[in-house]
Amino acid sequence: MSKAKLKILTSSLAGCFGCHMSLLDMDERWLELADLVELVRSPLVDTRSQSRCDIGLIEGGLCNEENIHLLLEFREQCKILVAVGACAINGGVPALRNRYSVADCLEAVYLHGLNVTQPQIPSDAELPLLTDKVYPLQEWVKVDYSLPGCPPPADAFFQLISALHDGREPDLNYVNRHFD
Amino acid sequence: MNKQIIIDGEVVTYRPGQTLIQAARESGIYIPHLCYQPGYHAIGSCRVCMVKVNGRWASACTTLAAEGQVIDNRTLEVDAHRKQIVQMLFVEGNHYCPYCEKSGECDLQATAYELNMQEDHFQHLYPHRSLDTSHAEVWLDRDRCILCGLCVQASAEQDNKHLFTLGGRGTATQLLVNSSSGQLGETNISAADEAVAVCPVGALMKKQSIYSRRSGERTYDKTPISKLEFKA
Ligand code: SF4
Ligand code: SF4
Repeated sequence: MSKAKLKILTSSLAGCFGCHMSLLDMDERWLELADLVELVRSPLVDTRSQSRCDIGLIEGGLCNEENIHLLLEFREQCKILVAVGACAINGGVPALRNRYSVADCLEAVYLHGLNVTQPQIPSDAELPLLTDKVYPLQEWVKVDYSLPGCPPPADAFFQLISALHDGREPDLNYVNRHFD
Repeated sequence: MNKQIIIDGEVVTYRPGQTLIQAARESGIYIPHLCYQPGYHAIGSCRVCMVKVNGRWASACTTLAAEGQVIDNRTLEVDAHRKQIVQMLFVEGNHYCPYCEKSGECDLQATAYELNMQEDHFQHLYPHRSLDTSHAEVWLDRDRCILCGLCVQASAEQDNKHLFTLGGRGTATQLLVNSSSGQLGETNISAADEAVAVCPVGALMKKQSIYSRRSGERTYDKTPISKLEFKA
């Protein structure tokens, strides 16, 4: 069975890297997956290929301009884009700031925060600008599939990847369909 | 004499005066629902129990069973509409299930699982809604309130306290508390009130009883709501 290996990209935007930890949680099943997939661009490997990928697994929502640029790039690069985890799907915990203005958030942390000794709002040109609110992926690009959960169980990643590899429509069984 | 309707090809008997959802329940047929609960008046507001009766949409909690009805309940078409309604309920509030104290015990979340909802589809409104933690035993998190009105009924008719009402219009509708400050702290609500028990989501919650069951051991962790409906 020498189907071509699926090229996979993974990234963490406004997330906590927990979904990536869950992806690693597949443990020895990675040995099985090693025959099916290849990680070509991911914080888990050293390569940063810009070539076309089959699947993009994107963790986290969008909280700054860099997140949005990257997401648009991933959408171009990947045939199938997957929103991974609660933050990618509805903004998650970072979206709690959506009830405040960006100015209020920055002031609360950098001017009036606990133990702040030299109050100033960071403005280095290197720092990506914060978006007005935290967005889920689907509000900026077309998302093909979603893996809910905080994080999605390792098994859910396995179900999705093996279905896509076999050319089946991915589905999640009941226990892998959790929002927490 | 018992009369008959057909739900998803199954013959279901009913007594005159019963609604579709009541007749279905007596025959062990699950019709998804949120604002309707047995023992409460149906107000037909959440639209999750919509079915097709002889090809026309109707809410199963407010439509009386009648001779000659052929009903689509768990068809792909009907469930697809229901899923959209549940998705709208999610984006209309602020539902952060990962840390919500009701996760695993929540009827809204369980209904989403039942309908195989995996994402929210619609644009999120991220509304600004207020949180009321002023009472010693009970708190009200309006971010999660789906405006089902069940606590309104329970507080008036079962607890005899008349503590709640729904006020405002459209997306500005919210649950109001009957006290001069509008705060729960000034009311005589108690954690044992039916109004708290009946809330299907994590909006009216008992303090000091949260996260009492582990993930994996909670009501809906392994068993879908459709299977639990008729247990005991
Ligand atoms: S009330 Fe239910 S759906 Fe809303 S956040 Fe809590 S568990 Fe999730
Ligand atoms: S607080 Fe709960 S019971 Fe009351 S209207 Fe909101 S969701 Fe329904």
